[in-house]
Amino acid sequence: MLQNYLLAADPGDKVDFMIHEVFSYQLFGQTVYITTSHVCLLIVVLVLCAFFIIGGNVFKKATEIPSGFQNFLEIIVEFLDGMVGKTMGSKGRGFRNYIGTIFIFILFSNISGLLGLRPPTADYGVTLPLGIVTFLLIHINEFRFNSVKDIWKDKCSPLPPWFPLWLPINLIGDFAVPVSLSLRLFANVLSGTVMMALVYGLLQKVAYGWPAVLHVYFDLFSGAIQTYVFCMLTMTYISNAIGDVEVTKKLSEDK
Amino acid sequence: MGEFNQAFIYGCSAIGAGLAVIAGIGPGVGQGIAAGYGASAVGRNPGAKGDITSTMLLGQAVAETTGLYGLLIAMLLLFVKPFKI
Repeated sequence: MLQNYLLAADPGDKVDFMIHEVFSYQLFGQTVYITTSHVCLLIVVLVLCAFFIIGGNVFKKATEIPSGFQNFLEIIVEFLDGMVGKTMGSKGRGFRNYIGTIFIFILFSNISGLLGLRPPTADYGVTLPLGIVTFLLIHINEFRFNSVKDIWKDKCSPLPPWFPLWLPINLIGDFAVPVSLSLRLFANVLSGTVMMALVYGLLQKVAYGWPAVLHVYFDLFSGAIQTYVFCMLTMTYISNAIGDVEVTKKLSEDK
Repeated sequence: MGEFNQAFIYGCSAIGAGLAVIAGIGPGVGQGIAAGYGASAVGRNPGAKGDITSTMLLGQAVAETTGLYGLLIAMLLLFVKPFKI
């Protein structure tokens, strides 16, 4: 059973990077499968929970001059806050928590291939919800910071607002955003997974030691780049949807 | 579907998968051009290296999407095997 969770430990001379069934049950007449990607996702979430709980405890007795683990945590938080601040400017104040969370989650999911798991982000069921959350955030914030008239004008944009010929094309463009975001992340991680499975499956006799180099490229480099790209695109889309509104004023009005 | 057997369909799927990953040419050329201009921009203005690199990576990742769609089609043809008798 264990070999199903570990990508590298496939017995027999075959290539295997598929998602496997762990067990199934009946729900409203449908058979629902709990798969290895649920298990890997659970492992990732538990490890991150432990990390956050330990980090929270460290910060409860934080010292003025940081040392050790607190130093490390402060570097992470400062990097994430700086990234959001640089991309979104003053508009990014409310999004630091969300962007930081998905950054850490996607990064750890991607590099979990390094630890022998099948990366959870190599399952379209994990990346599509991330894309949908981004889609909802874009449009909720669009309606929060712009009047309906401005949004209508924007949706008809190359043509005047009384002639909405271009509206369907703009709507297709809006709905393509979550699909392309999630497919980009999914296909990148999946291609790395497939390459590693090919190396371990077809070159089983000689695959000792040197695939570590490939892991550095496919898991660490590619995973980090894709995480960065997902977060940057999310921030860019949200920031475009908000527009040039004076956000600090609006945010203080909301309070 | 009587006159085609399963092996014929798998063979055609493999050829189709090979044709689908030709889509990788476009992103390769595009990413190379973006990286080249990025390098020349860093040469001209080394102080802005961080901003140039992040903008370049963002553009390359968006350009990569079309190639990844080709890859996905190839994967579907090879491993999901949608055309079964």
